[in-house]
Amino acid sequence: MAAQLKPKLDALEARLASLSLPEGGWSAPARQDALARLGATGLPNARDEYWKYTRPDTLVAREAPAAAVFEASETPIFSGRDRLKITFVDGVFDPEQSDALELEGIAIERLAEAGTKDIHWAKDLYGVLEARGQSPVERPLAALNTAFATDGILIHVTGTPSKPVSLVYIHKDEGSDAILHHAVKVETGAEITLLENGPAAARFNKVLEVDVADGGKFHHVRAQGRDHERRAATHIFARLGEESLFKSFTMTANGVLTRNECVIEFTGDDAVAHVAGASMGDGDFHHDDTVFITHDAVNCESRQVFKKVLRNGATGVFQGKILVKKDAQKTDGYQISQSLLLDDDSQFLAKPELEIYADDVACSHGSTSGAIDDTALYYLRSRGVPLREAQDLLTLAFLAEALDEIEDDSLADEIRERLDGWLARRRG
Amino acid sequence: MLEIKGLEVKLEEEDKQILKGVDLSVEAGSVHAIMGPNGSGKSTLSYVLSGRDGYEVTGGSATLNGEDLLDIEPEERAAKGLFLAFQYPVEIPGVGNMTFLRTALNAQRKLRGEEEISSADFLKLVRAKAKDLKIDAEMLKRPVNVGFSGGEKKRNEILQMAMLEPKMCILDETDSGLDVDAMKLVSDGVNALRDEGRAFLVITHYQRLLDHIKPDVVHIMANGRIIKTGGPELALEVEKNGYADILSEVA
Ligand SMILES: Nc1ncnc2c1ncn2[C@@H]1O[C@H](COP(=O)(O)OP(=O)(O)OP(=O)(O)O)[C@@H](O)[C@H]1O
Ligand SMILES: [Mg+2]
Repeated sequence: MAAQLKPKLDALEARLASLSLPEGGWSAPARQDALARLGATGLPNARDEYWKYTRPDTLVAREAPAAAVFEASETPIFSGRDRLKITFVDGVFDPEQSDALELEGIAIERLAEAGTKDIHWAKDLYGVLEARGQSPVERPLAALNTAFATDGILIHVTGTPSKPVSLVYIHKDEGSDAILHHAVKVETGAEITLLENGPAAARFNKVLEVDVADGGKFHHVRAQGRDHERRAATHIFARLGEESLFKSFTMTANGVLTRNECVIEFTGDDAVAHVAGASMGDGDFHHDDTVFITHDAVNCESRQVFKKVLRNGATGVFQGKILVKKDAQKTDGYQISQSLLLDDDSQFLAKPELEIYADDVACSHGSTSGAIDDTALYYLRSRGVPLREAQDLLTLAFLAEALDEIEDDSLADEIRERLDGWLARRRG
Repeated sequence: MLEIKGLEVKLEEEDKQILKGVDLSVEAGSVHAIMGPNGSGKSTLSYVLSGRDGYEVTGGSATLNGEDLLDIEPEERAAKGLFLAFQYPVEIPGVGNMTFLRTALNAQRKLRGEEEISSADFLKLVRAKAKDLKIDAEMLKRPVNVGFSGGEKKRNEILQMAMLEPKMCILDETDSGLDVDAMKLVSDGVNALRDEGRAFLVITHYQRLLDHIKPDVVHIMANGRIIKTGGPELALEVEKNGYADILSEVA
């Protein structure tokens, strides 16, 4: 044990040398706690079971590996809609490109102002769900985030705002290393939609904690890419009260390394959580979805739908677990992870897991890897659709089940258009 | 319109000859029927003409309006006016029927160097054609052929044909799985498309369909060849006596 821990602690020591604890204010105790958790685990390495399919070295390295800044030709996603926009450039809040942090039904604060402002509700949330999510599996990158996050958005949702809060991440510096930590508290009966998009930084470590009280609703739609060289390790930690709803969808196009972890805990009965992802990548694309859902309440529904399109040697990873505790009767847990392999060089590594201690539950999981259906391809071509276009149509069709998880039709359409545009651009 | 000369086809993967010299000539404006025992090669002929993988042409030729068909991609054959209504229409989960129809129509127009159809015109067109075939809006919204009944799938094939307005229409057992009323709908759909500049090749086992779609010429295919060609009376003969007489006649 000690022998295995040593290199992880050494890695931590090296990493800490390039970090400094921010002025914490009310967040200082949470940061200290996180630092203590980190001191006990160290940083992950290739020998960790939980990092078997994804190499963490560039994520834990002292310096962020450089990533070229990507200039997209298209207008950024979500920019056409009515929203409250908050922009970070290389992890630094940019007031010039942000709206005033005011919207009826919510209160918005910045983590960076923790030193000067007391935000009592955030004190009870910041780092709390992250800490709960450290067992039974440790997530050191998230603890590191809680300790060292330089900024983030704290949203207290007490009503139902008229428009979504939209976090926009811009990458300008080839060597930037951003650590952001957001926290959202949705009060009883309140509802919010959170949007995220943009490449953020050369290396991005992000945590989002979401606490949804009884009857609250949280919607999340995120677009990562289509910049390629950046690296991202993100965590979502959610805790769901009675009859609450949590829906999170992520689209990823490109990226040499993306690890999206999502840790959800049902604490109130009759709640629903859907988490979905659609990703497409090429060559040295590496995309990892790691999900852990704990059912600790009665009659809750969880759904995981992950789809990956891989070509030219790309790698997709899915680790998804449903843990149903002893008293979580009537749990309905569903999990599907699928890859569409467009050639023989690409690979999909999946580890679906069910651990069930209640006796009256309905849980299912499935994982498949397949190529494009030749018969469907011929059928489309026989109707005049050219080969590449037919392939793309079938690729979008493959992703459709994940997109169906987006509740808002206009957001689903926008995601579909982006994927379509991405494919069309490749066709030239 | 369609000229097939001495067409020989084997399976790509196995040494199995399926078409052993098919000769067939379908003139513009005409309706030809092909009948023949199970396994005689009727569907294979339609697949080879439309460009399905898995077959190897070992001899002969096939041209559409004088242009070689066999050397071009399936989508190009479609753009040149060839259409196959499948014996077994394919289900495509995740692709909506409307998207499919619009993509196909626009792709063909683009390949022919024509303008794309506007959304409004497309909607108008598809609604009118669907109505004729009693295909409801809900079916149009569903993924292509997914969860369709056998007869619905066949009607959907004819809807595609009506939308794409091909020149050379091959119908492979479009009548199988249709109830009496649907048979009438489908036949009406076909008859509505009958035109000087268009030809039909109707593969069927039953006279019933040919009562509605009156063929000019009937061919009997057996063991990879057209073994007999005649008028509509040939179909009646098959209906009455089966293939035994015809087979022994040519043997
Ligand atoms: N891919 C294939 N693999 C093996 N055999 C094949 C393949 N395609 C066709 N065949 C064989 O070729 C022969 C002709 O088949 P085809 O489907 O063309 O017949 P058909 O005349 O359409 O029959 P039916 O009236 O039953 O539809 C059959 O013996 C069939 O088994
Ligand atoms: Mg057949």
